[in-house]
Amino acid sequence: MQTKNSGTAKKVLRKEDASLLSGRGRYADDLPAPVGTLHAHAVRSPHAHAEIVRVDAQKALAHDGVWAVITGDDVRKLSDPFLTAVKVAAPQWALAVERVRYVGEPVALVVAESRYVAEDAAELIDIEYAPLAAALDPQAACDSAAPLVHPEAKTNEVSVRAFRYGDTEAAFAKADRVIAMTTEFPRLSFTPIECYVVVAQHNPAEGSYDVLANFQGPFSIHPVMARSLRVAGPKLRLRIPPDSGGSFGIKLSVFPYVVLIALAARMTGRPVKWVEDRIEHLVAASSGPNRVTRAEAAVTKDGRILGLRLDQLEDYGAFLRAPMPGPLYRMQGSVTGAYDIANVDVKNRVVLTNKMPSSLIRGFGGPQLYLALERLVQHIAVELHLDPLDVIKRNLIPGQKFPYRTAAGALYDSGDYWRAIEIALGEGRLDELKRRREQARANGRIYGIGFAAIVEPAMSNMGYLSTVMSAQARDRAGPKNGAVSMARVNIDPLGAVTVTADVTVQGQSHETVLAQIVAKELGLAPDDIEVILELDTAKDQWSIAAGTYSSRFASGTAVAAHMAAAQMRDKLKSIGAKQLNVLPEDVELAGGKIRSRSNPDNALPFGRIAATSHWSPVMLPETMAPALSETGVWTPPELAPPTHDDRINTSFTYGFVFDMCGVEIDPATYQVRVDRYVSMHDAGRILNATIADGQIRGAFAQGVAAALYEEFSYNEEGAFLSGTFADYLVPTVSEIPEVEILHYESPSPLTPLGAKGLAEGNCMSTPACIANAIADALGVENVTLPATPRRIHAMLESGRK
Amino acid sequence: MKPRPFDYARPDTVDEALALLAEYGDDARILAGGQSLIPMLNLRLIDAKVLIDISRLAALDAISDHGDMIEVGAAVTQNKLMAWPGLDDKLPLVAAALPYVGHFQTRNRGTVCGSIAHADPSSELPLALAVLGGEVVLRSKQRGERILAAQAFQKDMLTTAREPDELVAAVRFPVLAGQGVAFREVARRHGDFAIIAIAAVFRNQELHLGAGGLSGRPQVLRVPAEDYPHLLANDVVRFVEGLEGYDDLHASAAMRRDLFRNLASGVVGEAMRCAA
Repeated sequence: MQTKNSGTAKKVLRKEDASLLSGRGRYADDLPAPVGTLHAHAVRSPHAHAEIVRVDAQKALAHDGVWAVITGDDVRKLSDPFLTAVKVAAPQWALAVERVRYVGEPVALVVAESRYVAEDAAELIDIEYAPLAAALDPQAACDSAAPLVHPEAKTNEVSVRAFRYGDTEAAFAKADRVIAMTTEFPRLSFTPIECYVVVAQHNPAEGSYDVLANFQGPFSIHPVMARSLRVAGPKLRLRIPPDSGGSFGIKLSVFPYVVLIALAARMTGRPVKWVEDRIEHLVAASSGPNRVTRAEAAVTKDGRILGLRLDQLEDYGAFLRAPMPGPLYRMQGSVTGAYDIANVDVKNRVVLTNKMPSSLIRGFGGPQLYLALERLVQHIAVELHLDPLDVIKRNLIPGQKFPYRTAAGALYDSGDYWRAIEIALGEGRLDELKRRREQARANGRIYGIGFAAIVEPAMSNMGYLSTVMSAQARDRAGPKNGAVSMARVNIDPLGAVTVTADVTVQGQSHETVLAQIVAKELGLAPDDIEVILELDTAKDQWSIAAGTYSSRFASGTAVAAHMAAAQMRDKLKSIGAKQLNVLPEDVELAGGKIRSRSNPDNALPFGRIAATSHWSPVMLPETMAPALSETGVWTPPELAPPTHDDRINTSFTYGFVFDMCGVEIDPATYQVRVDRYVSMHDAGRILNATIADGQIRGAFAQGVAAALYEEFSYNEEGAFLSGTFADYLVPTVSEIPEVEILHYESPSPLTPLGAKGLAEGNCMSTPACIANAIADALGVENVTLPATPRRIHAMLESGRK
Repeated sequence: MKPRPFDYARPDTVDEALALLAEYGDDARILAGGQSLIPMLNLRLIDAKVLIDISRLAALDAISDHGDMIEVGAAVTQNKLMAWPGLDDKLPLVAAALPYVGHFQTRNRGTVCGSIAHADPSSELPLALAVLGGEVVLRSKQRGERILAAQAFQKDMLTTAREPDELVAAVRFPVLAGQGVAFREVARRHGDFAIIAIAAVFRNQELHLGAGGLSGRPQVLRVPAEDYPHLLANDVVRFVEGLEGYDDLHASAAMRRDLFRNLASGVVGEAMRCAA
């Protein structure tokens, strides 16, 4: 069943490129705004924590061209706080109410005839603050003496749940050694080129809102927005533009601004547009959560891990927005990663601090988990004087155990991890890498090798987050589980095929892959298929799982498209059989024709038969509904709700990534240079090799960014220090090293396409792999990420002095 | 991120530009390439009643070879100087420094004189000008022309001796044909502001070693060639310890000094090799 580089995916060029590369992309800010549109600008908090004593907008309102200044009082009158996944007394509205809790929090919204005027007027608003002490460090924030971010919650540590899988106590009792390590994953984001855009209209006659926003899903947040606006779902029509300048998870968090700008449209009676600028984006859009993990392993002398204890303290900033604390629970089932560990205790703790709220970013919990787990594995090897690869091998899930149920309940669908690693070590030339290390060290240079072996989950179980509640609370709330994917194949009067689907475009080339999948079933070429992926909640089919996130496309929407195309194919076979005078079993769709398999000369053009349902539905086989449109709905049964003992299959498919790298540290410049990087991926069947490698390269670049460059920094008072791209360093093509990509294909047995998601793997593996190499190079236990020259300087100089 | 309102003037002659400067003084800003000015206006960090756009004044858009020095006018972009055929021969240090100035896109607009006038403490062109012992040509309507040595022009971080009514009309780089030069900088990413920059030239039996990013303006150490390399190591240590450096997100003051200590001799060695 397992094949390597099977070549299923021959090179198919991206359908998107002609538009995007010739400047014909249609992004949110490019789309025409309604006549009379006003422009909004948010006034933001300069304080990490303060009471809002007074907001005086008189002068601003008197400024020419200003239509309204909206404050927290207005928002509280006209809307409700956002629904959250965890019940915490920490309400959030679209603007700060009574108190600001992070630098950059929107306090007021100026609506004016142009953005320039709005920004001029914003300077005239007089806001008096009474500054309060801020809680910033996640561990210090848990202290009972810490300033409270939300006094009504009575604590900053707003959710704590402990889980026991297996008999960890016994495992620790019989271990030869207990090896522990604390890691801290930093705060960062992935800064898409295009920031947030919202254009909102309000129709008082219908009490409805019509909003264009570059929202990315999951659409479980649509009800959050509608409820906040106090309207039923259909009264909030949300349109997602056909192109996007990137998201990486970030564009979920446009949702509070959807509500804010919708309220502005209601209050002014005019359409209102807001385009987030880069300064706003960096200071307040969204961040990945930072996490402090204490990991302890009960090990035998030869490095076998008998039991694992994880204490994960995750810092979500000032508010716990839905669907948080997702990153803490998305990996719950796969908390033991690629390892066969039967006994594990997990404690998940959520803390709020006076920093920008955290939400989705690519990797979503994986980077945080694997930094802890893979640093621990490397540390075990060092402590036991073993080769890290031996420790990995000794603990890896054996190939014959698949499908494999983890201690915490994940069902790993397929894989042969050690086989993939062996190929990576060979084709990736570990021996050469070791020689480079040897030579470098012989010359007095600082060189290290790192490894990381991780499991990459894809397509989230919409019920995983309910693991944050106790089993009793879950019973009361009713079960949550599953994940629906939908795609539709339509046929027009001349037999042309179009496809729509429940994804939001962000640059993942879904258009191309959907065309490939549908074309294959219908015997057409990918260029024959039009794919239309702008989404309109009023007219398109969607579920709460819709959107583009959690690498759900390959194992979700792609399957739904395959199903829709197969349904259409079968109908066309029946229609064709009648017209060709053969049995349906004898009909095939190939080369743009519908023909008899046994007598290929008995054929009609695809369009002729496909158009039958438009022009002569009476000619259709009896009982057949016209083949105008077929919808594929895919909902895999494996995504069960959490069990009573909290076991949860958090995702649908599970890929595997093994990375190895060599890094050299320059003792003169304190810079870490990635000398060689090899990344082996098993994402099941590859749907399109070019696009797969593009996804891997993108995630790799962001993994390098997390390891070496990008960090949101705050000072002790909570001032934000990374407010421009001169301070928040996104690596460019000049900084990203070459990555050697290898593939090994273990098709998923759970989907007809055999494909798994692969968009996030290197975000998860690369920070850990580079950190391990740095630890090896410097012979140190603690490596703080990002490993900036400033940090390397401090480490080297403290060693010298 | 929109600027406050301002007027925009595009004079047709240098005299008109100087007249506007005389009229508005501190309330005016010269717009040449705008690579620092426009972001600062957009961030509302600075204000201008009027922007005086000199970028299309032909009189200022000239690179003139005066034999012992090259004069670069205020409208000359960094890329224009980079493409000047005499650069490698006559101004090898500038040729070595220019590729570090931003990115080619920003160099298409950014001007040489703009970099000098902006006076960022770790900026490459002010360092090169200081190490070469170059000059800045200032002009005003009232007082005509005055010429300042680079070290007299740049006083501190983003602070120069330019009077409010003065235009930085040109800078003059001494020609350094056949002498050894080297340039190196440490930055987080290609094209970033340098954390530190080091420039070395051998000139008339003297080593001139320049440091950017270690104080509010470029600093230059001069060592007689006969003392080199014997005295250099000690001189460098003394020199660098005399500079306070500064802290930012990317480097501590101590790290800046350590970087210079670590890298200076390599840069000097490279300059020597290319002199030989």
